[in-house]
Amino acid sequence: MRFDSLLDSVGGTPLVGLPRLSPSPDVRVWAKLEDRNPTGSIKDRAALKMVEVAEKEGHLRPGCTILEPTSGNTGISLAMAAKLKGYRIVCVMPENTSVERKQLLGMWGAEIVSSPAAGGSNEAVRVAKRLAEEHPDWVMLYQYGNPANALAHYEGTAPEIHADLPSITHFVAGLGTTGTLMGVSRYFREHKPSVRVVAAEPRYGELVYGLRNLDEGFVPELYDASLIDSRFSVGPRDAVRRVRELLELEGIFAGISTGAILHAALGQAAKALKAGETADIAFVVADGGWKYLSTGAYEGTVDDAEERLDGQLWA
Amino acid sequence: MAIEVRIPTILRTYTDGAKSVSGEGASLSELIDNLESAHPGLKDRLVEDGDLRRFVNVYVNDEDVRFTGGLETSLSDGDQVVVLPAVAGGA
Repeated sequence: MRFDSLLDSVGGTPLVGLPRLSPSPDVRVWAKLEDRNPTGSIKDRAALKMVEVAEKEGHLRPGCTILEPTSGNTGISLAMAAKLKGYRIVCVMPENTSVERKQLLGMWGAEIVSSPAAGGSNEAVRVAKRLAEEHPDWVMLYQYGNPANALAHYEGTAPEIHADLPSITHFVAGLGTTGTLMGVSRYFREHKPSVRVVAAEPRYGELVYGLRNLDEGFVPELYDASLIDSRFSVGPRDAVRRVRELLELEGIFAGISTGAILHAALGQAAKALKAGETADIAFVVADGGWKYLSTGAYEGTVDDAEERLDGQLWA
Repeated sequence: MAIEVRIPTILRTYTDGAKSVSGEGASLSELIDNLESAHPGLKDRLVEDGDLRRFVNVYVNDEDVRFTGGLETSLSDGDQVVVLPAVAGGA
């Protein structure tokens, strides 16, 4: 496959079957390999679309500075696009993210502003909003509320899956900005409304939920609960267990959040099997495991890994 | 019938610092009423105008109750209930 530039090659990722993890020939699980994008994560789709829409609408002009709160992947994607298009980029990132993510951001030329570990991404959003006020000339693309984020999946991820797997019954993805789930769900609600849309939400350690009061809670502006059929909270233990199974049984080396998504997908598979239904369940492999090697998620016992992930933003 | 309820740091002022408490009820709303009798003030932090507060998420056996009947979600002995504030996820 040939493209004019790296940016033109975003999307068009493979959908692969998981013959060993699928419970029966009638209940099949399929992995959408989003780690095959240019910077290695699904966020290339949202980042590129947000940049393109901002350029088209005239918000982003040559010489502009992009600002974004991110726990890693979106920042890395934006930094790559910014480098190729000639923008400066500032990323606000929580302290408790893996060192590889900071290294990668630096490699693509992003400037990093750290936000406190307690409060996780909530704090990153808060700090970024404050910086945006202090620097009105900076352009915050704001993935949690930017419709272009969901649009990337409505126009790309969803139709790709539909074309490869017309018999799809379930779509399972991680819940962060909610962009993937919102965009994909909107597409299937229009084109194949029988598809059940399932969210897997990472459940972190207590530090990440360390708000000062409940009013500091956060629900992404993009989120529309009517587009989701069920939502599961998956802790680090299940995520680590599943991400290791994916490697052991199917040879796929994925990031920890993908373990959480697979856990929810296999839950749906077990339910379909028990009900005697046929199912084709597509789930998202959000990124590869490379950026998380230093977290220790892939070595030692599951107990050790769970302990090491406590307090970290592992997804 | 005993149901374990995990309480987030931010609400432990109502549970004397306990990370998890035990309660009973055939539905989430009955459970919350039951918890309120032992931990006064807790219900008001969870429920507003007969619905879960916007920034409160409740999971029964890891499933978000907003998709399983909300406060009317039925419970059985041994269920695990987790209460968490809604926070921004990684992205």
